[in-house]
Formats: sequence, C-alpha cells, structure tokens
Amino acid sequence: MATIKLRQVEKRFGEFQAVKPMDLTIDSGEFVVFLGPSGCGKTTTLRMISGLESVSTGDIFLDDRKVTWLRPSDRDIAFVFQFFALYPHMTAQQNIAFPLQAEGESKDEIDRRVKEVVDLLQIGHLLNFRPGKLSGGDKQRVALARALVRRPAAFLMDEPLGALDADFRESMRAEIKQLHLNLNATTVYVTHDQIEAMAMSDRIVVMSNAEVQQVGTPAQVYYDPANLFVARFIGSPGMNLMASQYGNGIVRLPGANQYVVSPDWRMALGEGLDSDDVIIGFRPEAAHIKPDGNLVGEVYASELYGAYTMLHVELDGNEIVHIRSDRQTRYPIGSKVRFDLDPEMVRFFNPKTEMAIN
Amino acid sequence: MAAFEETGPRNPVTESIRVDKVHPRARFMKNARAILVLILALIGLIPVVAMGLTAFKSRADVVAVPPKLAFEPTLEGFVFLLTERSQLSGSKLEEAKANADDLGLFGQIALRNGQRVNGPSDYVTRLWNSLIIAGGSTIISVVLGLFAAYAFSRFDIPGKDDLLFFILSTRMLPAVVVTIPLFLMFRQLGLFDTHLGMILLYTVFNLSLTVWLLKGFIDEIPREYEEAALVDGYTRFQAFYKIVLPQAATGIAATTVFSLIFAWNEYAFALMLTSNNARTAPPAIATMLGRGGIEWSAIAAGTLTFLIPVVIITFVLRRHLLRGVTFGAIRQ
Amino acid sequence: MSDVTLKHITKRFRDVTALKDVSFEIEDGEFFVLLGQTGAGKTTTLRVIAGLEQHDEGQLLFDGEAVDNLTPADRDVAFVFQQYSLYPTMSVYDNLAFPLRSPLRKTPEAEIRQRVQSAAEKLRINHLLDRKTAHLSGGEMQRVSIGRAIVREPRIYLMDEPLSNLDAKLREALRVELQHLQKTQGSTTLFVTHDQVEALTMADRIGVLDQGRLVQVGSPDDIYDRPATTFVAQLVGTPGINLLPATRQNGSLVVKDSSIQLLKQSGSDKVPNDFILGVRPEDVQPTPDGDFAGEIRLIEPLGVETILHIKSGQQSLLSIVTGMASWSIGAPVRFNIAGDRVHYFSNNGKRVS
Repeated sequence: MATIKLRQVEKRFGEFQAVKPMDLTIDSGEFVVFLGPSGCGKTTTLRMISGLESVSTGDIFLDDRKVTWLRPSDRDIAFVFQFFALYPHMTAQQNIAFPLQAEGESKDEIDRRVKEVVDLLQIGHLLNFRPGKLSGGDKQRVALARALVRRPAAFLMDEPLGALDADFRESMRAEIKQLHLNLNATTVYVTHDQIEAMAMSDRIVVMSNAEVQQVGTPAQVYYDPANLFVARFIGSPGMNLMASQYGNGIVRLPGANQYVVSPDWRMALGEGLDSDDVIIGFRPEAAHIKPDGNLVGEVYASELYGAYTMLHVELDGNEIVHIRSDRQTRYPIGSKVRFDLDPEMVRFFNPKTEMAIN
Repeated sequence: MAAFEETGPRNPVTESIRVDKVHPRARFMKNARAILVLILALIGLIPVVAMGLTAFKSRADVVAVPPKLAFEPTLEGFVFLLTERSQLSGSKLEEAKANADDLGLFGQIALRNGQRVNGPSDYVTRLWNSLIIAGGSTIISVVLGLFAAYAFSRFDIPGKDDLLFFILSTRMLPAVVVTIPLFLMFRQLGLFDTHLGMILLYTVFNLSLTVWLLKGFIDEIPREYEEAALVDGYTRFQAFYKIVLPQAATGIAATTVFSLIFAWNEYAFALMLTSNNARTAPPAIATMLGRGGIEWSAIAAGTLTFLIPVVIITFVLRRHLLRGVTFGAIRQ
Repeated sequence: MSDVTLKHITKRFRDVTALKDVSFEIEDGEFFVLLGQTGAGKTTTLRVIAGLEQHDEGQLLFDGEAVDNLTPADRDVAFVFQQYSLYPTMSVYDNLAFPLRSPLRKTPEAEIRQRVQSAAEKLRINHLLDRKTAHLSGGEMQRVSIGRAIVREPRIYLMDEPLSNLDAKLREALRVELQHLQKTQGSTTLFVTHDQVEALTMADRIGVLDQGRLVQVGSPDDIYDRPATTFVAQLVGTPGINLLPATRQNGSLVVKDSSIQLLKQSGSDKVPNDFILGVRPEDVQPTPDGDFAGEIRLIEPLGVETILHIKSGQQSLLSIVTGMASWSIGAPVRFNIAGDRVHYFSNNGKRVS
C-alpha cells in the first residue's frame, strides 16, 4: 500500500480556481476523508489524484513515484463512483473480472482473484445478475469488488454511499469501514456528509471554497474546529456560534446573558482579539439545562430524536441556540429555560479572521 | 511520450478544457478541429453566395465565362421576376424614353431592355399564396398539435401508445405515393387549386410532427406546476393557459419553425394540386426555367425573395429555437 | 382550519393497489406526519386528500362533510410539493400572489399585497419578492413554496416531502422553523416524509404506512417506545434497533448464540418460546462490571456520541455511547442491557406485550 503526496496541487478551469494550491500527505494504510459542501473542490482533488482530471500546477506522488502526468490506468489506483458505473450489459462476475482482462491476466488467475474478492465481500449469490437486477447496495458491493480485484495501491471513492437509501447507507458505511480494517489499504474518500466523515475516517480534510480549512482526526475537527466554517459544518446541528462582547473576563451574549471565562482562557482571549467583539462557540451537548443556570432563553421549538431531545432556545430576537437534552425534557414553545455551559467545551473565535482562538 | 512523462510540460498548464485529457497537446487538436469545421462551413456557403450574387447581375454578367466576382449590381433580375412587361419598338420606344423621368425605378430598368412594365407578375401572387397557405397551415397545426400533445402528455387515454404510433405512421408514406388519390379526392370535393385545400393538406401533414414534438416538450414540464395551480383554485384550462403555455414557449417556437419550413418549401403537392389560383412559389420558380430563354438572374432573385420570410422568422425566434432544439437532450 | 377524516380509503392504479383500507383522522390544529418508505402510498394519500387523484373506495370528510366529489380547487387545501412547483416565468411575488388571484377567490390587489408581505416576513423572504424564481437557491425556493401555501387560509396544509431536496444543514434549520410556524399558527398540517427524523421531531402524531396499509398511528413516543411491528421498530431511530433472535429458558430470556441472558422481566409473560428481542442501541451500555461479554468489532465516532459494533457470541449488536472516549477494535467489552426498556416481537414481527 502506498502513501499519496500532493505538493502545491492546484486546479483551474480557465479563470475559475477549483482547487487552490494544497499540500497533503496521506500515509500508507490511512483512511482519509475529503469533506465539504458541493462545489468545494473535494471531488476535483480526488479526480486529480486518480488522473481523470489533469492538475494545473503542482505534483502528485504515489510513494516516491511521480504520477502527475500518468494516465489513470498507469497509476495503480482504483476509483469507486457514486453512481456505481457498472457496465449494464455484463453480469456482476464479468464486471468484476473486467479490469483483470484489461491487464491480460490468464483465465485461471482471473477466476482465482475474482473468487477471492467475492468471498471477502460475500457477494457470491449476486455473480450471475446484471446490474439492472441488483439493489443499490448490492451494486455498490459489486463496484467495490471491481475496485478491489486489481489490488491497487490506493482506493479513491467518490461519495459511494450518496446514491443509497438512508437506512442502507448506515450499514454500508460500517461495511466499508470493516473492509478497510481488513485490507488496511490507503483510501481517499469524498463525501459531503459530515456523519460519514466522522464515522469512517482516520483523518478528515475539511474543504470549502476550493481551500483546505482543516486537516485533523474526527475528535480534533469536532472539539477544536480551526475556524467558523468547520465549527458550523461538523456536527448536527453544528456548533452554536453567538456574536458576543468580551471584557474583563466576561463574555456578554445576546439577550443580556453573561458567561464568565475561566482563567486559562483570559490570556488567550487577550492575545487573540483585536476588539471587544468575539464569537463564542459551544456544542449542543455542552449546554446543560438547570433551574439555577446563568443563561436564559425562550423555547422556540423542541424536537424529539428518539433517544434525546433537541431544544431550540431563542436568546433574543434572532439568536437561537441548540441544546441537547435527555428525552424527558419537554418544554412548550415560548416557555423560559435556564442553562449553564460546560467550560471544558466552550470555544472562542475572532469574528474578523473567523479563526479559532487558542 | 516517455520523455514527457518524466518531466511534465516545461511550462505549467494554466488553462484546461473541461473534457480533460492528461496530455496538453489536446489543445492543438482542438484548434485543428475548429479550423477544419470552418473550412467545411465555407465550402457549404459557396452556392448560397453564388445565388445571392447572381440575383444582382445583369443578363450579360450572368452568362459571362469565367464568372465575374466583381460586377455592377443591378435590380434587373427582380424586375423580370416581379413584373409583367411588353416589348416596345419604334416610336413607342422613343416616346417611352422621352418620358423616362416619369417612370419608377422598375420602369426605368425595364426600359433599358426596351420593355414597358404592364403590372405585377404572377410571381407576386405566388408568393402571397405561399404566405397564406404556409402561415395558415402552420398556425392551425401548431394549435391543434398543442392540444393533442397536452392531452397525450397528461391524460390517461385508452390506447395512447397505439394512437401516437398511428399519428406518426401518417408520416411514413412517401408523399408522392398519395398524390394521385389526393388529386382525385380534391377534384371531387372542389378543393383542387384552392387555398383551403392546400392549408388542410399541409396541416394534416404537419400535425403528426407537431404532436410528437410538442408532446416531448410538454412531457418535460413537471405536472406539479399544474397540480399546484389546480389546488390553488384554478381550472384545468386556466392552469394550461397560465402555466403550461408560457413554459412551452420554447417548444412552440421550435415547432412553428419546423412546420413553417415544411409548408413553405413543399413542392410536389403544390405542383400537382394547384394550377393557378392557389399555386405557391416553389413550383412557380421551377416553371420559370421552362419559359423561353432562361432568366437566371430572375430565378436567383426569386429564390432569394423566397428565402427571406423563413430567415426572418428563424431570426426572430432564434433564441427560443436554439434552446428548443437542445431541449430534452440535456437533462438536469 | 379543519379536521380531516379518511374512512376506509382504497386506491388502485390499474392492477396495483396503492392504498388498502386506510382510515385515520387529523384533528384541527394537529401536525400529522405520514411516515413510510418509497412506494408506501404516502404521496397517494396526500393526492387523494387534495383531489388530484380519485379514490376507488371509502370516504373523505372535511369537518364531517364528504368532499369526495369536489374538485381540487373547491376543496380549499394548500399543497407544498417536493419540487418544481414554483412557476419559473413569474417573480416570487407573483408566485405568492398566484393562489389569491384565482377566479375562485378574486382577492383585491391591496389585500394580496398585504398578505404576500406578511407571509414573506414569516418566512424571511421579503428581500426576494422581485426576483425570478429561477435565480433562487434550493432553500429559498422551498420557503417560497411554503409561502404560497400560507398566503391563504386553507382548510389543511398538505406537504409532500418539502425538505427532502435540501442539504442537511438547511433541512435542519427549515424543520425547526416549520415546526415553530405550525405550532404558533395552530394550522392543521399533513406532512409526508420517508425521513424518520423529520417524523419524530415535528409530529404531534405519526401514521406509519407500509405497502399501502396503515401499520400504526401514535405519538412520536408511542412509535419510538411501543412500535407495533419490527418494521416500525426498524423504521425509527438512528442507528437502527437491534433485533435479536431469542428463546425463553426456565423463566429467563436468552438471546441465541450469545452470552446475553435477561432475567424474567415484567411484561414478558405472554412472550412465546421463540421470539425476537428488540433493544435500542442507547439501551446497550458498556460498563466494566457489565453482565454480558462481547468484543468490539467497529467504532464509529460521530462527535456527540459514538456507535460501537459489539459482537457477543454469534450475534452483532450496536451500542451508542456519549462522547468520543477511546475504544479499541478487537478489545473485549462488558455491557448491560436496560431490561425494562426492551421490546418483544413474535417471529412474524408483531409486538407482544
């Protein structure tokens, strides 16, 4: 298995910059997810690694081999598409065998290797069907088998679960992760679904506007987002972010609420801010509803999620905070609730630079 | 190629086309292809240009060998085309020349060939007939086609597929095969050489085209639009009029142009089923070839005037037309 | 606003029966959600109520009066479509005014302006009124669609998956706003979705449809805590419920091929010898001194919580724990199951209680 290195890789379409120059090293055996909204450049980056798209500047290395100008077929990588891209006129078996035939393997070798991946993915019962007869999940299993059978140096996957039903997506997500654990193959996976990214990855590359926003483990991007975009994008709902004022160790939130900053943060805030303006951020589970809580707001809506309740609390005219609470919590719309914040989980951002303060 | 892979291009590629080739040499190919297409287009335009030039040549210039590219333009051809003239001689010619200042532009041009303009030629009537017949049949077939297409698109009509096939099948027969029966029918019904007869005939021929084309366009308009209007308190016809029609404008424009072009250019039926009263321009131009000396410049002028209405309509509707032609080929 | 009653509604398309004997009632001011998978008959139900489809059998009542023979226009309902219902040739303002300009209502222009303005304010789309709808984003379009429903006062709002074409963040935001709007206006709403989160979070009551049949009607709590069938149990909750084959042995409940063995629980008297045990992932909690043994096979950290895939004997089950504490794959784990919160189903999928 290979390491993948991107050195100042950039992509332009005429005037339009689709990917700003980026550096990234993906270790051998690592599962890296490119995460971002549509149009952020994540798929373009993946396609440049695969060779389906040419780079405008910069270089791509597989291990120490420079592959920038190699054809996709010469790069020793496998690509899994969102819409499966199975050949409709071939059976599942023929589809899986196809890449090996292209390489001119002997019939025995092809049969042996097809059987190997078929056993691994447990899709023996599907082999004689054409793609049209298969369910979405089974199609993607066959597509995975076709990618695996070549034993490539790296797997590139472009939203492989995007076309599947929601309930199916969850189980396929676990299957792909299990497969990765078994094979330990370098994998680059593109998705716009932050839950998929969190659940599957070793590291997440968060992208927006053609630029890398943060590279980090799921825990890093969740607890310590580098900027406002990451804070908002990760989590469901995202981090609560309130434009506030800071002075003398006290953050004044909307609606006359105040939060006393812990001593460790005072220095950082003093250094990180260039005015009184600050953005305070906290995850929905960092707020705890208490009768004697320091912060107060009015219930805007309350949502039962089965295992828990998400409370949407209006601090003043516009600002709404999301508070995750146990499912016994039931408040009618318009009632007052008081809550406190867990100081461990409070974060601050500079409103001008939008960067986290730490 | 091998060396290229080693080093990559000497200069960074600063622009790329959407259909990515790994190799930047693709750009050269793209330019080469564009030049080839340009050359082919120029070759294709030569006859049209030649015709345009001929229409403005004098009798002598038309038959000059080698053909003249530079010549003195004259409206002679148009005069021959659009007027009935009589040859003058002797004193009458002298008298006409003396009063030449009283004549219009056409009269003076005719006089140069020793002729007097007696009135407009048949060809003006032919052109007028063409306008009435092609325009009338186009309007009727588009309106009828629109209703039929809407019904086929939206309602669960029993035997819908068979009906649609039947409508299409009227187009499968070569037109010439049915001219004799049609001729007999028209004579019996008193439709021979009438405007009504030709309008009916072209409408029937165009209807299959308009139904199929418009059905395709209406199919692309989501029915949710009308259903929303139905729920919002509108009747089916109001929903059709207010919602479907504006959105089908593109398709209607494209269909109009297609059926107009057919009716305008049609030759065989017009030749067989009209003689004088309802004769259209295409057979008239053709018969000019047969009358006495061949007036090439008049024929070229006739063809040119014949082209103009279609060019105007196509130009007016061009934005709709371009969208209409690619419509359906691209799905979001 | 009205209450709406469906009595034994059956609808067939050629040889397919889309709705089979569906009966339920939506109370005045209620937010009723129809939940089901693709092809379950949700949208057909909505279209039957709107009058866009004619049902073959049964009766449809608004405020106790039969409306079966009324045209869609005369039923006075508002329909929000999944997509494609804004007229691209009109401005946002004209789209919003469209229902008020119908010949049935003939509202004066002054009143139209005032009602369009007030609807636009509620949905925060005032700044868009002059735009053509083709230039709107997905979220804005759907706000305008909802706006077109609320400019008038229909007897019921019918919403056909209005959020399903939006991206996740937008869906969350609009869901909260829709709920707030409905609760503060007290409007009768029938909302159709395949997304169980939408159903649980917004509904006063949920009706679950499966292949044209109404399987269960109840509050979100009923549906989540007392699912009538394994189908309903699997439909709600993420990650999905664990369904484990089990037997009764000497009074205790034993999950086949595993170490899981629950002591006799109250309410388990009627459970047959062979049955299916349903356990929600949040009721499987790893603790060092847990009663059952297993091995961690996969870890999915989601941020606020982590999904653990635990293998116990031959059985796999999911557990959901808060936070992103460090677990390691392949490590042995001990866990408990909240015995008072488990579900019993017979082998044919029916709830036993």
